[in-house]
Amino acid sequence: MAQKKQKVPFSGTKEQEEKLMSVISELKGHKDATMTLLQEAQDIYGYLPEEVLRKISDETQIPLEKLYGVATFYSQFSLNPKGKYRISVCLGTACYVKGSGDIYNALMEKLGIVGGECTPDGKFSLDACRCVGACGLAPVMLINDEVYGRLTVDDLDDILAKYQD
Amino acid sequence: MSNINLKINNMPVSAPEGSTVLEAARIAGFKIPTLCYLKDINEIGACRMCVVEVKGARSLVASCIYPVSEGMEVFTNTPKIRNSRRRTLKLLLSDHDKKCLSCVRSGNCELQALCREYGVKDEHYFQGEELHFDLDTSAPHLVRDNNKCILCRRCSAVCEHVQDVSVIGPNNRGFQTSIGCAFEMGLGETACVNCGQCISVCPTGALYEKDFTDDVLAAIHDPEKFVVVQTAPAVRAALGEEFGFPMGTDVEGKMVAALRRIGFDKVFDTNFSADLTIMEEANELIERIQNGGVLPMITSCSPGWVKYCEHFYPDQIEHLSSCKSPQQMFGAITKTYYAEKFGIDPKKIVCVSVMPCTAKKFELTRDDEDAAGVPDVDISITTRELAVLIRKCGIHFEILPDEPFDDPLGESSGAGVIFGATGGVMEAALRTAVEKITGEELKNLDFVEVRGTKGIKEATYSVGGMDVKVAVASGLKNAKEIMDKVRAGEADYQFIEIMCCEGGCVNGGGQPRVSGQIRNLEDVKALRAKALYENDSKKEHRKSHENPSIKEVYANYLGEPGSEKAHHILHTSYVKRTIN
Repeated sequence: MAQKKQKVPFSGTKEQEEKLMSVISELKGHKDATMTLLQEAQDIYGYLPEEVLRKISDETQIPLEKLYGVATFYSQFSLNPKGKYRISVCLGTACYVKGSGDIYNALMEKLGIVGGECTPDGKFSLDACRCVGACGLAPVMLINDEVYGRLTVDDLDDILAKYQD
Repeated sequence: MSNINLKINNMPVSAPEGSTVLEAARIAGFKIPTLCYLKDINEIGACRMCVVEVKGARSLVASCIYPVSEGMEVFTNTPKIRNSRRRTLKLLLSDHDKKCLSCVRSGNCELQALCREYGVKDEHYFQGEELHFDLDTSAPHLVRDNNKCILCRRCSAVCEHVQDVSVIGPNNRGFQTSIGCAFEMGLGETACVNCGQCISVCPTGALYEKDFTDDVLAAIHDPEKFVVVQTAPAVRAALGEEFGFPMGTDVEGKMVAALRRIGFDKVFDTNFSADLTIMEEANELIERIQNGGVLPMITSCSPGWVKYCEHFYPDQIEHLSSCKSPQQMFGAITKTYYAEKFGIDPKKIVCVSVMPCTAKKFELTRDDEDAAGVPDVDISITTRELAVLIRKCGIHFEILPDEPFDDPLGESSGAGVIFGATGGVMEAALRTAVEKITGEELKNLDFVEVRGTKGIKEATYSVGGMDVKVAVASGLKNAKEIMDKVRAGEADYQFIEIMCCEGGCVNGGGQPRVSGQIRNLEDVKALRAKALYENDSKKEHRKSHENPSIKEVYANYLGEPGSEKAHHILHTSYVKRTIN
């Protein structure tokens, strides 16, 4: 069994729930509605919170495990919201041979989350990406639109410290 | 349907249209290895063990899903194929916990057998990244060890397509894929009904029941304890398979002899309490019919079914008979009637049950199952665990004499023994209810309409001028079909028997494992059930109410079926649960 994932508290609005319910009532009973339901729900919430998947399962009788299995299979779905600061570490070939794997692992350790997750305070989310077109600066990571190149693991604390607000 | 002519390994074969290459090969006498394939349940062509060469095809094809066509030429065992199968096995082993010595499946592991068959000599050939999983021990009945999982999906297919419970499935993608529950919950946190069918179909050691054999031995070796054992009807029809007897051999006598040699103080029979269940359940049915109670009444012997009903049909639990299951009735009557009769402190009695079932491990922990103020049943082990226990105790099962059960809780009627097959509880109940309603002796005791392994059976019997309509379902997908009717108010039955596992307890999740290759060929359920019906036909008493020990319990202790005392000791209650 994998580690139980860290969770950012769910904060859906009444408006979002109404939208979700109307999507559900439209698609309920359709045999192959799973993908569409998940896509619509992600459009509404920006990601797929556990509470939302449970709601969909309760309303449609689609087993929760089925929804979770599909949501974790396709990279288009995210079970976690994106943080205020979105960190993307390039694991493309050039960055990878220059040690971006170590950067990625160090960030997971420092932030206490794994790739694809968001810190419980909603501040940082971490993802891996493929080639941002700055191979000359390898290894590279992005925090929102800011590019950091020629990184070493030792640089990370200073960089993260810039994002304290 | 017309036949298709093809050649397999240059032999001409004629196979029915729509057959797969795998099936056609069987007709021609060629064995193709399979791993993920389970007929009608898991036909996904994923594991690639069954690959064959088809002339004209671009690559090797999975024979388990590849349909035959006219003039096709197939080869099933060329060097290219053997190499491919060997490579598949090595790749599986590259991320597999290869501690075979200490694995519960060593000796009957399907992966191990194939490795031997294909001469996989270097199990570390592809040494690469490995995933490491914690064991999931959250459920009361089983352990999931994903370090031994080969992702064949047989378990999740059974959970979804046969049982309609769908609490396990593949999560994540590619190398990260693992079988588990939603949001990485433990199985014990889900609506799992503990049926254990996932264990039955698992080809490796990734799923196994929690083993309580050492607890049993500890109780036996404790001089303070009086340890009684009860054996469910279906156990005797399958235990022999563990010791090389052909499928469907009734080993009742040897089983009793083995239990006595293990050291139980008394060897009793759940068949006795099956008879007791019939007394109470037939009475409850008649009362419900005569007094306008909730109908249809549905049997409550199968703890997997009861939990399924509580999770998926919580609005329908009034239909469940309030009778405890035979396992629980046995424990309850042992710790009240028997304890009183022989002057034994119920607290010193350890009641062990041997069950074809893993859900029984959960059932004994339920509320309202403690007639004497202590749990009715203390330890429940499966048929497989009994085999382990017999081996642990150095008992030569094959050459044991046939011995009878102890009195008085070992005496039973033929009605009790057929509880182990789908339709058996219904037939047993009818044998008693019909006589009670009409007041006349029943001449034909065989209610053949409710026998057989069909998933859903219906029949109408004319009883004393009244039409009694009954239904029998086994396997929860079939139960769902019936329950949707009940919920919609469209089920005009008076009495329904539902068993969690297809074919009833003979095919329970605690029975000896049958490899996929044999499952796909033999009707395991029917073979084992036959042993029970033969046992029934040879019995001196074939109706529960004619069992002399049952008569005595009512005459000297309980009074009438449905009496206040009987209710306190033999009946229970249910709770509403949710799916998610």
